[in-house]
Amino acid sequence: MNATWSRFNIASIVLGFAFLYLPIVLLIIFSFNESKLVTVWAGFSTKWYGELFRNQSLMDAAWVTARVGVLSATFATILGTMAALALTRYTRFRGRVLFSGMVFAPLVMPEVITGLSLLLLFVAIGLDRGFLTVTLAHITFSMCFVAVVVQSRLMTFDRSLEEAAMDLGATPVKTFFQITLPVILPAVISGWMLAFTLSLDDLVIASFTSGPGATTLPMKIYSQVRLGVTPEINAACTILIAIVATGVIIASLVNKRREVQRLRDEQAANRG
Amino acid sequence: MAETTLATTPSASQEAVPQQGTWLAALTGRLVIIIPYAWLLILFLVPFLIVFKISLSQTAIAMPPYSPTFDLAGGISGLWESFREFSFDNYLWLTEDPLYFNAYVSSVVIAAISTFFALLIGFPIAYGMARAPATVRPLLLMLVILPFWTSFLIRVYAWIGILKPEGLLNQFLIWTGLIDQPLIILNTHSAIFIGIVYSYLPFMVLPLYSALEKMDYSLIEAAQDLGCPPISAFWKITFPLAMPGIVAGCLLVFIPATGEFVIPDLLGGSQTLMIGKTLWNEFFSNRDWPVSSAVAVILLLMLVVPMMFFQQAQAKAQEQGR
Repeated sequence: MNATWSRFNIASIVLGFAFLYLPIVLLIIFSFNESKLVTVWAGFSTKWYGELFRNQSLMDAAWVTARVGVLSATFATILGTMAALALTRYTRFRGRVLFSGMVFAPLVMPEVITGLSLLLLFVAIGLDRGFLTVTLAHITFSMCFVAVVVQSRLMTFDRSLEEAAMDLGATPVKTFFQITLPVILPAVISGWMLAFTLSLDDLVIASFTSGPGATTLPMKIYSQVRLGVTPEINAACTILIAIVATGVIIASLVNKRREVQRLRDEQAANRG
Repeated sequence: MAETTLATTPSASQEAVPQQGTWLAALTGRLVIIIPYAWLLILFLVPFLIVFKISLSQTAIAMPPYSPTFDLAGGISGLWESFREFSFDNYLWLTEDPLYFNAYVSSVVIAAISTFFALLIGFPIAYGMARAPATVRPLLLMLVILPFWTSFLIRVYAWIGILKPEGLLNQFLIWTGLIDQPLIILNTHSAIFIGIVYSYLPFMVLPLYSALEKMDYSLIEAAQDLGCPPISAFWKITFPLAMPGIVAGCLLVFIPATGEFVIPDLLGGSQTLMIGKTLWNEFFSNRDWPVSSAVAVILLLMLVVPMMFFQQAQAKAQEQGR
């Protein structure tokens, strides 16, 4: 009985992961294809990567995207962490229901609605569409993702540590930076990374809120994809995947090391 | 600076320090609420009110292409004046043209079918992960999350090369001899289903996994010891216990899929109607801002109920997490 179950389990995991990964793997393989025809293999070549770096408009878009990503992720992390603190530490304040609604709604809100509404706001207040408006839009929707990530960490946080620090005379601000932040830092960092990749990925909201001179990489890729699949775009996608995957893997390794270190410290403390 | 002055007046410091502490605590506490609250009010809630307002205004050939504009300078009477100029023409227009109605219906149908398939595929994966040895689980979890970190656009784009008539899937199937004519998948509803299931699968698997991981499997063993067949043990024990995960997963797939733009646009071709695409075209091709606002308002109204369910599920999970 048990053996058949586990065989079924393994089969479903293997098939599921094949489904999740095969398209990405194929995309990466065909970015090294010699031929201009994307789906016919004609030998190994890295020439599309060379083409890519010579494509000035694509490089400009990448630079815009990187700047928007770093800026919006940083602000989103600050605001999102604040929102998470507000939601976990203050169980009742006026308008809390509205607040938590506004934090959770963007997680599932269709992007076309968020994009359209932000654009209409920017037009209404007379803000020219461009770099600033894309960044503001990205901060707004990604801060909610950060809030959820940080909030789930804060819920398991042992508050007696903070109380002890405050009893010993530390101000709330000092307590936050010396006690709370170091503990929740892994969640804050993964929140930043999540916000950064959300910004890096976003096509719909950027298309609505961006203006001339602030074309982001997904907008550029989208306009080329509509004309057909090209090996150059495959190469661009491969580079993006490589950057994100490296970041995620490094972050998880760092996290693991910190976790091991923390366990060791705790053991040492218990022995002492 | 403060410390030196306090040190010189020890009697005063004992009273001043706790007072300063509570005052600061109150202020920082408020700021932690006020700053993100204000941000979301201005950049999340107010924009919706503007969308609503513009959906009630007339199309105009101007920049911005609508009128009347909201004029706060007119005071209350001015406000009332602009209220009177509101027209429901855009909404009437939506009911008159069957295009919009069909787009709404087909969006919901496509999202619902995709959600069902995502559940069907996601459940065995989540179950397998939850039953995997505890040492492997973090790795499996990371493998589910990793595709989520790679660009949505790229993952959808990858399927074009696979599904098109001369694409990799057809090459493979012809090579194996299963078919001799290429299947037409790209630019059909099937391609949209595949795209949505593929893109949103992690959203389905993660809540299912967290529900199934907490489950006590000795319950199933007990049921089987008492002679319950595995299938009915599944429906009577596993399924109800996984319910919170199923609800959360389905909502996380269904709600965004209903308003999806990229997938129907890239995989569905020009024939498919989905409301996200209609809104996009209305805005970017027809430049009709009031009508696209009305489309957005109705889409939002349709999704308010599932969103409130989602919110409740979140709040419940939070309570249990404590």
